[in-house]
Formats: sequence, structure tokens, C-alpha cells
Amino acid sequence: MAIELSAVRYRYAGASVFALQSIDLRLEPGRVLGMVGANETGKSTVCLVASGFAPRVVGGQLEGSVRIDGVETAVLRPHELAQRCGLLLQNAATQLSNTTATVFEEVGFGPCNLGLPVAEVVERAWWALGAVGIEKLAPRDPARLSGGEGQLVALASVLALRPRYLILDEPMSELDPAGTRLVADALVRVAAETGAGVLLVEHKTDVLERIADEVMVLERGAVALAGAAAPTLADPRMVELGVEPPARVRLERGVRASGVRWSDRLAEAVR
Amino acid sequence: MSAHSAASTRPAAAPNPSAAKSPAIEFEAVSFAYPDGTRALADVSLRIEPGEVVAVVGQNGSGKSTLVRHLNGLLRPGSGRVLLDGLDIRGEHVARLAARVGLAFQNPDRQLFAGLVSAEVEFGPRNLGIRGATLAERVGTALEAVGLDAVADANPYDLGYSRRKLLALASVLAMRTPVLILDEPTTGQDARGVARVRAVVAGAAAEGRTVIAISHDMRFVAECFRRVVVMRAGQVALDGPPSVVFGEPDWPELRAAFLEPPLPAVVGSRLGLGSTPTEAVLVAALAAGLRNR
Repeated sequence: MAIELSAVRYRYAGASVFALQSIDLRLEPGRVLGMVGANETGKSTVCLVASGFAPRVVGGQLEGSVRIDGVETAVLRPHELAQRCGLLLQNAATQLSNTTATVFEEVGFGPCNLGLPVAEVVERAWWALGAVGIEKLAPRDPARLSGGEGQLVALASVLALRPRYLILDEPMSELDPAGTRLVADALVRVAAETGAGVLLVEHKTDVLERIADEVMVLERGAVALAGAAAPTLADPRMVELGVEPPARVRLERGVRASGVRWSDRLAEAVR
Repeated sequence: MSAHSAASTRPAAAPNPSAAKSPAIEFEAVSFAYPDGTRALADVSLRIEPGEVVAVVGQNGSGKSTLVRHLNGLLRPGSGRVLLDGLDIRGEHVARLAARVGLAFQNPDRQLFAGLVSAEVEFGPRNLGIRGATLAERVGTALEAVGLDAVADANPYDLGYSRRKLLALASVLAMRTPVLILDEPTTGQDARGVARVRAVVAGAAAEGRTVIAISHDMRFVAECFRRVVVMRAGQVALDGPPSVVFGEPDWPELRAAFLEPPLPAVVGSRLGLGSTPTEAVLVAALAAGLRNR
């Protein structure tokens, strides 16, 4: 059981260059895999390909193998993909259905389309709203939410499908620090409780330091670094790769560079 | 012409930064509710002096975007007044306010529409009547400021989200408005993109423009802004320089607004070093502590 990409190359329809040059990736159930890299190194494209959305929905040319639990995504139909793999796009506003009058209905929209009984749709919608702490938004109009609220609703809508894998493209970019912490904790809980594997694209390396099991770094459509979260995030090459290290790592470097001794007391205060 | 109407009340604006004064901004007991009944602003009073560089922070849905949208007439107060340079903007048309207040949206896709990057950036200044070499210079400078000069002939939607966001910023910069408003400018940006945004803020501040940015990025806020306004449930909960806002012991107001202080502030507080909102201040305090020992 896993999402596995091996020797994947992918080119968007009409593009002359391959956005992904060489991607190997393994996302296992119950794990949180963080993905970082400078802008336009292929992170969002990996999300589209790993979820089967590309080339199935958006076209383009795929080489190599993309398998979800051993099945090539190319042979899965959209509703089969939707139950295996939930995808949250970077611009979350674009993925709200624009057909519902309330946030509650919006979150229930996916389960409804899976043909589930009403009681289960309702149960899943409340569960998903609770998981990201937005029960009180339930009666609100989805078109009248703030940027961050809209992002939480889109995430809840994906969670409500209870997919086996969650592929999330910067799900916390517009959240306040408390919202970021809440969603980060929710993802860890969802991964632990439902056994979902989470692929998380995130510029906030502080979040990955807290919740990711592994981290991979992309550069020009290929994997530049990969490994256990803490050592990878503290790798000095991160800066050249256009990635801001976690605040603790940066602070320690800043203190050492200034000639101040990095004492135990300091290390304790940073923890 | 806005230049003429401005000339009737104050000396004509000269091209040097000190004379091209940006207006003071004033919210007078402003309240606002959306049509579905959501109360977004509750009796907000706030004065921002010309040339101030202000960060607005707060929980999602606390009224930050609603607040700034009152400045260019996209929203009008339910009650209270919004003044630019002492004049109520109630009767001012959005098109005229656009020459004075530039707003870069949180979501660039609500803003971009042209088929070419350069055309996107041209649109604003062209509407102000600017043509020819001056227009080309404005477009070039704005694209350079955000690092998009090499893709002037690309289609905006061939750019990734982060670069679309920088493009939206460039199109507002090209307007050269005395007031510049940025709604979450650093989200979705990598380290290089954040550095560009920081340079844009510093550049606008150096030109004496008033800059207001909404942000959840507390490091960006602490390092790049001289004043921080904390919003909570449609009201101003805290207002002061980063050293004060991030310097209160245990940060009760910040935490009540669902915010967290930047790491250097936490470390400084734990070590009893006083208010250390930025890494530079913390490192200096640590070094001073060693010297004094």
C-alpha cells in the first residue's frame, strides 16, 4: 500500500519542456511527507501527477509509472481516483463548487456525489468541519468567506471524502498562525486515526519540522534532497535550493555566525 | 484630473519623494457588515500618518481585508467615515481612488485578466492617461522590482501561482500610488520571492509612500514594519511598534487574536532579555549580555 512514483517525467499539454524531469517518491499510509523547493520547481505538478489528476484530467504527456496501491492511475476512473486520493489545489478558492448555499452543504457535496446515505453525508460533513475547527462556519455562504476561511472549507471538503491519501498543495498558506497550528495538528491526527498518507507542499518549514516524517526538496523538476525531516530541514544546501530553513535552524546559525556561543541554555530556550 | 483637484487644496506635487506626500488615512468609527449579516468591522478608529509602514495582523476573518478594501472604495462603511488627507472618500469614485490607493489582492486570480504580462502591468497607468516612453518605463521598472522583466511577453496564466502573485503586485506598483496596500504579499513565495516582496516594501517606504500590508508572516511583520495593528473580531486590539506588540510578557493580546509571536521574541522572553522581536535584535541582546558579564 502506497502511492509510488518511479522515474516520472511529465510535460503539460503544449509545453516544450518537461515540468517533471525525474521524480521518485513513495507515500505510505499514516505518514506525512513534506515537499519543499523554490517556486516553479515542480511541486504543484507532482501533486497533480501523484493524485492522477494529470494527465487524466488536464492532459499532457506522462512517462514512468504512477501507482496508487499498486494500480496505475491511468486506468482509474475519476470517481475511483477521488476516493483513493484527495487533492487540495494551491488556489483553494477555485475548488469550491459554487453550487451550494452554505458551508455545510459545500463540505457534504463530495460525499453526496459518492452516493452515500444522507446520515453518513451529514456525519462526515460535521466530522470534517470539526477536524479543521470550523463548525461555526457551517451556516455561512461559501462565497462570502475570508481567504483563510475559504481555504479551511476547501480542506474540510477534501477530508470529508475520507480518501486514503491526501495531497495538499500549500493548505495553510493563507491561515493565521493559530489556524496553521490547528490544521497541522489535524493532519497528524487524520493520518494517525484514518491511516491516511499525507503529501504536504509547504513553504513554512517550521510546520514541516513539527509534523513531517520525511521531507523531499525539488529542484528543476527533480528530487534534490530527501530523507528524515529534521536532518533534511537542517541541511545547509537548503538555502541554495531557495528554501527558508525553520526558524530554530536559522536562529542557531545567526547566533553562531555572530560569535555568540550556542549554549545549552540557549538551545533550551529555542526548543 | 486628480492632479488639478489636489493642486487646489495643497501645493502641486513635485517629483521628489519628500514633496510627493502621501495622504494621511483615517478611519472614524467605521462599522461594516456583509449582506449575509456577517459583521466584519465594529467601530474601528485608526489613523495612519503619511509615509507610515504598517502591518495589519489578525485571525482569519478578523476583518483585515475588509478594512483595507474601504480605502479604495471597493467597500463603503455601513457607518462612520473613511478619510484620505482629511477628506471623506464617500463620494469618490473607485476609478479616482485608484490613482491614490493601490491594492494588490490576496488572490491574484481575482485581479489578472490580460493576455500578456506587460499588458497586465500597462493597464493601470494607461488608465491614468500615461503613454509612450513614460508608460514603458513604468512597466519596465515595476516588472524589474518583482523580478518578472524576463517574462514580459508571457501569458500571465503560463506563470505559476507565486509569479502570478508577483505580477499582481507589479501591476499595482506601476500605478505609483501614494498609498500601497498589499494583502498577504508573501504567501506562496519561496525565500527569493519573499526577499523581493521585502525589497518592494522597503523601496516604497524609502520613497515616502504609505504602505499597509496584511500578513500572517510574523517574521516579515517584525522585520519590515514600524507599526503593527492587531485586529480581533472586527476591532483594533493592539497597535504599536513591533517591539511593543511582540514584547508584552506572555503575549495575552496576541494569543487572544490567535497569533503567535516570532521565535526570537519567545527566546528573548525566556532568557529575560526584554523585547527581541527580530533575530538581529536578539543576537545583539545576547552579544551585549556577554559583554556585560
